[in-house]
Amino acid sequence: METVEQNTLENNIGKTHNVSGSLAVIDALLSEDITTVFGYPGGAIMPIYDALYDFNDSLNHILVRHEQGAIHAAQGYARVSGKTGVVFATSGPGATNLVTGLADAQIDSTPLVCITGQVFAHLLGTDAFQETDVINITTPITKWNYQVTDANEIPEVLAKAFFIASSGRPGPVLIDITKNAQLQLFDYKGYRQCVHVRSYRAEPIVRNEYIEQAAKLINEAKKPFVIFGQGVILGNAEKEFLAFIEKAGLPTAWTIMGMSAIPTNHPLGVGMLGMHGNYGPNYLTNECDVLIAVGMRFDDRVTGRLDKYAKQAKVVHLDIDPAEIDKNVATTVAVWGNCKETLPLLTALVEEKTHTEWFKEFDIKKEKETTQLITKELNPTEGELTMGEVLNVLNELTNGEAVIVTDVGQHQMVACRYAKQTKSRSNITSGGLGTMGFALPAAIGAKFGAPEREVIAIMGDGGAQMNIQELGTIMQFKPNVKILILNNSFLGMVRQWQELFHKKRYSFTDIQSPNFVTLASAYNIAGKQISKREELKASLKEMLDHPESYLLEVAVLHEDNVFPMVPQGKGVAEIVLSKEEI
Amino acid sequence: MKQEHTLTVYSENQVGLLNKIAIIFSRRKINLESFNSSPSEIEKIYRFTIVVKETEEVVRNLVRQIEKIVDVFKVFNNTNDEIIWQQIALYKVPTSIIMKDAKVERLLRQFGANVVVIRNDYTVFEATGQDDEINNLLKELDKYGLIEFVRSSRIAIIKSSEGVHKQVLDMQKNDPRKSPINNEYLNSKSKIFQM
Ligand SMILES: Cc1ncc(C[n+]2csc(CCOP(=O)(O)OP(=O)(O)O)c2C)c(N)n1
Repeated sequence: METVEQNTLENNIGKTHNVSGSLAVIDALLSEDITTVFGYPGGAIMPIYDALYDFNDSLNHILVRHEQGAIHAAQGYARVSGKTGVVFATSGPGATNLVTGLADAQIDSTPLVCITGQVFAHLLGTDAFQETDVINITTPITKWNYQVTDANEIPEVLAKAFFIASSGRPGPVLIDITKNAQLQLFDYKGYRQCVHVRSYRAEPIVRNEYIEQAAKLINEAKKPFVIFGQGVILGNAEKEFLAFIEKAGLPTAWTIMGMSAIPTNHPLGVGMLGMHGNYGPNYLTNECDVLIAVGMRFDDRVTGRLDKYAKQAKVVHLDIDPAEIDKNVATTVAVWGNCKETLPLLTALVEEKTHTEWFKEFDIKKEKETTQLITKELNPTEGELTMGEVLNVLNELTNGEAVIVTDVGQHQMVACRYAKQTKSRSNITSGGLGTMGFALPAAIGAKFGAPEREVIAIMGDGGAQMNIQELGTIMQFKPNVKILILNNSFLGMVRQWQELFHKKRYSFTDIQSPNFVTLASAYNIAGKQISKREELKASLKEMLDHPESYLLEVAVLHEDNVFPMVPQGKGVAEIVLSKEEI
Repeated sequence: MKQEHTLTVYSENQVGLLNKIAIIFSRRKINLESFNSSPSEIEKIYRFTIVVKETEEVVRNLVRQIEKIVDVFKVFNNTNDEIIWQQIALYKVPTSIIMKDAKVERLLRQFGANVVVIRNDYTVFEATGQDDEINNLLKELDKYGLIEFVRSSRIAIIKSSEGVHKQVLDMQKNDPRKSPINNEYLNSKSKIFQM
């Protein structure tokens, strides 16, 4: 491992002899400029919490109400800020409560360093109290994990952890530290940031011949189509990406994870891909002649049936992770590398074009989606409120500047379809894992990661009850988070599938909810429940204007369905606009 | 078409690494034909030799997933014509039968087997070779009261003239963020691996 000298010793902990492993952990965090930690204490991590006690000023520790809340908060923090999220949890149940969040961060490439306490090294393997084999449990859901049993290892292992979590394609790292190592006193030589791990390639080298081949394909294309994912955001390559699509005049669609990397109203933007994405980009995926995929991984929710996916097109795939190339969709030209680096090289070689005729095809499809569906969704004049119109009014009020953190289900799809976003890192959602219960803690974390921004958690009545204990965290630490519950009295997305594919047999999807407003008030959080169109705008405004956190529950249409839809097992061009077409 | 692929994995020698590699296969419900681990010729670097019977496409994805493991340096993927490989087998046979039956001795000579231990009650033979050779001897010895048999996993040497060793070591010297070898290998497999 190569490291950079860093003279942080005196500043942070002020000593070198008889330094405890725990203090070395704290020093590592301070040296990495970590300011916020989400966590929950317990027996096996008490020495670290004891060391933390003296660093209240420099390290802001947020005590959550459940370790799952801690890790989702750290994810929200990382997603909104681009910094690495840090989590503390104790051994056994504390560590196992991180599992869902680790899996979520792994599949959505979120940089995290999770530090778990572990029983004394001499007790490993004895079924000691709160001993769980956390390394083996978390191996498939971490980018890297490691168990420390000797304090001497701590500085180097944590340096490695931070480097691995944030470099290349980011991901969660878990470091399990036995209690003896936390207590152990050792001669501390200081913290050195890691810049290289000899067996690890953060980024593949960029090869010009592939850039040239890609440019040639793009220049010769009659119907080129760009689809992009979170890679553009993770690479901080928003500007480079815009320069690329603007020069070549390319119609561009985003995945749910890529959303907000370009403004949602950008003239070259043709909408969202995926099962509930927009009609045009899904349909026309099967009409383009060159498909240019940037920082995305061809998830099955994006491709639909693979043997009916873009078969007519030549595929250019830009990705930092070689394992993504050819994994699901065979590429014609693979451009490996960080798109921050590869996009400018490509931009230099592409010709300026406008593709006016090709854009018209998108316009026609958009027109069809709008008249058949969007208008009704966004501007209904009678009946119960729809999720779409809530989003529509919210857009008006926020002007697309808020961070929208969604849970999982119909409201998530509606929010991602209709939310207006003008800044990158505005759309925070559990894309790959689809974790219900994500939104509330992730929104808390997002607020700590971007205190200057408005953060709105949008949840269903089901998901709202899945990590609702985190209202306690809001009560105690007072992040200003707006909570918008779109209550359809159902586990809506599952109910939709039951309606469409299981003959309306609503097996356990009618879910009852507590009085959310009363519940919020028990946590000293103001709130309101509405169900009428007339109240909508004023209530949303009241929520946004409220100086502290606020919960607004909106009763919406019970049995509404999200369309368009690419039914499972169907190709993207088989996208339907209504249930009659299924 | 499914065929045998031998993967040679160079990695750090770290607790838990075997598991990190093994779960890449088990997650995809892919059976390992054979799995061997040993120190490599490079100090502190380990070498795994893994045999799977899968299509080129599946194996390519497996290779990339294994290379993604932080502690793995490099994975080489070779079909049988690109490697020299051997397995070792031990056979335990009653000594009384061998003493009596001259045919057995002939057999052993024919298969190039060696005696490892001779006791009053049994004798242990060792044979090195590929599947067929080991199996044929097994079949024969079975007729003479074979007591016990064990076969090792495959170990393989890559025929390529360019040293694998050097490539792995080069990784340490290169610009830490980059991996030219990685790209080059995947793009010009034939050049690197033809005899
Ligand atoms: C932890 C978890 N459990 C189950 C599911 C399966 N699931 C996906 S959407 C959904 C319904 C969500 O209902 P609700 O939160 O009310 O949101 P709505 O779809 O009504 O907007 C369920 C149960 C999931 N995604 N995550």
